[in-house]
Amino acid sequence: MKYTEEQLEEELKTQEYKYGFYTDIESDTFPVGLNEEVVRAISKKKNEPEWMTEWRLEAFRVWEQMEEPEWANVHYEKPKFQDIAYYSAPKKKPKLNSLDEVDPELLDTFKRLGISLDEQKKLANVAVDIVMDSVSVATTFKKTLGEKGIIFMPISEAIQEHPELVKKYLGTVVPTKDNFYAALNSAVFSDGSFCYIPKGVKCPMELSTYFRINEGGTGQFERTLVVADKGSYVSYLEGCTAPSRDENQLHAAVVELIAMDDAEIKYSTVQNWYPGNKQGKGGVYNFVTKRGLCEKNAKISWTQVETGSAVTWKYPSCVLKGDNSVGEFYSIAVTNNFQQADTGTKMIHLGKNTKSTIISKGISAGKSQNSYRGLVQINARAENARNFSQCDSLLMGNECGAHTFPYIEAKNKSAQIEHEATTSKIGEEQLFYCNQRGIDTEKAIALIVNGFSKEVLNKLPMEFAVEAQKLLEISLEGSVG
Amino acid sequence: MELKDKLLSSYIAFEDKLDTNSDVHEVRSKALQNFENLGFPTKKLEAWKYTSLNSVLKQDYSLFPDKIEAIELSDVKKYFIHEIDSYKVIFINGKYSSFLSQTTHENYDVCLMSSALNSLKYKPVIDKYFNKIAKQDNLTSLNTAFATEGAYINIPKNTEVKKPIQIINFTTGAQSATMVQPRNLVVVGENSHVQIIERHQSLTSNAVLTNAVTEVYADTSSTVDIYKIQDDEITASLVDNSYIEQQSKSVVSVHTFSFGGNITRNNLNFYQKGEYIDSILKGITISKGKQHIDHHTLVHHIEPNCESHQDYKGIYDERSTSVFNGKVIVNKEAQKTNAYQQNNNVLLSDKATINAKPQLEIFADDVKCSHGCTIGQLDDDALFYMQQRGIPEKEGKGLLMFAFANTVLESVRIPEVKQRITNLIANKLGVNIGFDL
Repeated sequence: MKYTEEQLEEELKTQEYKYGFYTDIESDTFPVGLNEEVVRAISKKKNEPEWMTEWRLEAFRVWEQMEEPEWANVHYEKPKFQDIAYYSAPKKKPKLNSLDEVDPELLDTFKRLGISLDEQKKLANVAVDIVMDSVSVATTFKKTLGEKGIIFMPISEAIQEHPELVKKYLGTVVPTKDNFYAALNSAVFSDGSFCYIPKGVKCPMELSTYFRINEGGTGQFERTLVVADKGSYVSYLEGCTAPSRDENQLHAAVVELIAMDDAEIKYSTVQNWYPGNKQGKGGVYNFVTKRGLCEKNAKISWTQVETGSAVTWKYPSCVLKGDNSVGEFYSIAVTNNFQQADTGTKMIHLGKNTKSTIISKGISAGKSQNSYRGLVQINARAENARNFSQCDSLLMGNECGAHTFPYIEAKNKSAQIEHEATTSKIGEEQLFYCNQRGIDTEKAIALIVNGFSKEVLNKLPMEFAVEAQKLLEISLEGSVG
Repeated sequence: MELKDKLLSSYIAFEDKLDTNSDVHEVRSKALQNFENLGFPTKKLEAWKYTSLNSVLKQDYSLFPDKIEAIELSDVKKYFIHEIDSYKVIFINGKYSSFLSQTTHENYDVCLMSSALNSLKYKPVIDKYFNKIAKQDNLTSLNTAFATEGAYINIPKNTEVKKPIQIINFTTGAQSATMVQPRNLVVVGENSHVQIIERHQSLTSNAVLTNAVTEVYADTSSTVDIYKIQDDEITASLVDNSYIEQQSKSVVSVHTFSFGGNITRNNLNFYQKGEYIDSILKGITISKGKQHIDHHTLVHHIEPNCESHQDYKGIYDERSTSVFNGKVIVNKEAQKTNAYQQNNNVLLSDKATINAKPQLEIFADDVKCSHGCTIGQLDDDALFYMQQRGIPEKEGKGLLMFAFANTVLESVRIPEVKQRITNLIANKLGVNIGFDL
């Protein structure tokens, strides 16, 4: 059968969410609504010290005064913040020494997600800290990391075990007052990961966390803090899928990265949350604040593959504070059906000789809207700052849209900034060229989409690139390989 | 009194002098209402994020300077492109100066907005075109509310206007700051061709605020070239709102040369309402001192098979700030659109700032759209090469900057205008560009 672009489009439209299932684990869920009492209760539940409770309350008070941002190029029904349960944790919290002790239902969930802990342990040498509905239920490879002095644990445990580190760094890159969703997250965050790499240590394996939203109607508020001390290196992976639900689910995470002198952090994300059905009903609202701080000679590299969520609002940013620091942002955003994505980055150049690279690839299909929004800011003291930005968009069908909103602010004459953006569809000539050489249209489209995304896929760690390609396949099934 | 209140309260007095039963008056009243609701733009508006009018609005402007102060031609001759024969529509403090002007009604109308608004003969044209494409935003509404005078140009079909048309607004105001709001309407018929040169010039050291609106309708297969020369006094501020509607196969180009002025804001909007249209937007900006120059462009591709070309070059020195916001919208019906946008900037000083926002909003899939934006410096190697060959650093830099801006100059179709702009650039850069074009 000959495969045409129209058919691909048709398939894209009818593509149902493959991972839409729901695990029936009894949850310990708070009543809906948010007030100081709920914040206190979350804090108490977590057995948190006094300073943490106060920190949350302060964030809550700030949040109460704030208004939801409306500048993003997305349209959706506003979540009712008083109709959300702010805490949900699996009741049975197994203490794990081996996988046998894990709830079989949970294991089944992972199996259906295609995640084999064993396989990953052996083949990929990945330590997985699984967060299921906010509470960590499995931590592996802790021992290996412990020998190097690396701390990698749920943030709730870190608050108990390393309060001095958490207290010192939490909220320093994304202050509680930063924005509406960051404030909300600061007030009610349930769990997340904490990672500390000591001076001069090169983390021997990729650190990885899987997030899932499970309980219907629960918002998930993850908090991740990664601190790389002087001269250290870490590569952190984050991957997500969520079960199919009809109500819109809210997700407001905060990720903070701190790269001290000469340190390097590589942060990769694959996001494949439930995007809603083809009528645009349901799906996850993904409002994420991600920011990294670079000290002298440090480097932070964000790589993201965004295929899921009904509404995405996400700008992983780098504050290039130290001289000679480097910030990178590589992104693929795929939107389909009624998905809306407003994503991009901010590169704030403060130090001398700072460099940043932005590569953003947007693929829109169906009736989706895909926006790139980015800021490159060169401050007056940032001598010899260098930026290169490229945002390319690929459109499939004429009911979707691709938008770019790049902001460029230069206050130093030695700055060198290049920005380019293109929008196009898969060229008929390109397809024809492939057909001529005996490559059928389906393979040709796969080839072209793959080539279009290659620059970003290449930046993912090997183990993750496979999964990323898998997710691209799901979002654009029929077109890839 | 705040300028807004002053404007609102002066409207009643202004109204007294007008025919309040006309359709135009209804448009005015509506526009005033609109302005009353919206007020002056603030930095909270996305479109005004980088440009603040606060310092300009603080002045106590006289709104209706009725006394025409005599101007000697010899004093202002240098502001004309006097090397060529041209039609001239000249205003002094917003009032028509018959002495300096040269208008016509033969074959086509090159005359005054006031007569067009008040004469029955022109009513069909005014009804059809006046205030139709202009956005109902704050400053355009303000202009509409007080719109009485400006240039009215109506070219019937299959007509080539033999001479370029110069529209110059002079402001004198020896006693006080002055605010003027010229309103121009240009209607170009099928297959016709017209060239327009526009200039706002202050002749006083008092503050001047110009809030101009120009509407241009280019019918099928017409060609319109507009050259905006902005080289005003440092005390004069300008908000220039231009709205251009194009029908099939028409070609409209607007060149904006921004060298002078205090705060200059250009809102240049193109609406493509037919197929096979070409829109050309070009500009050279050279700023110094504390100047602030802001270019906001919009090209709205509505129908298929159209093109747009944007090319803006900027050179910023001292403490000047500049904004470039170029927006391209491609509707989903507008397949086979080619939209190009280029914005290159050079910062000469650490105190200078450039804020660029090239923006694409695309809803059609079969399009080729691109934008490129760069911020950089002059090539040290090229400068060194010239210095080696005995060209002083200053001249070398001048040559490089001139070459940088030249892509915009190349498409200027009136040689005298090109020469004048070259001279202005040389003057602004403080170098002698010692070669002929």
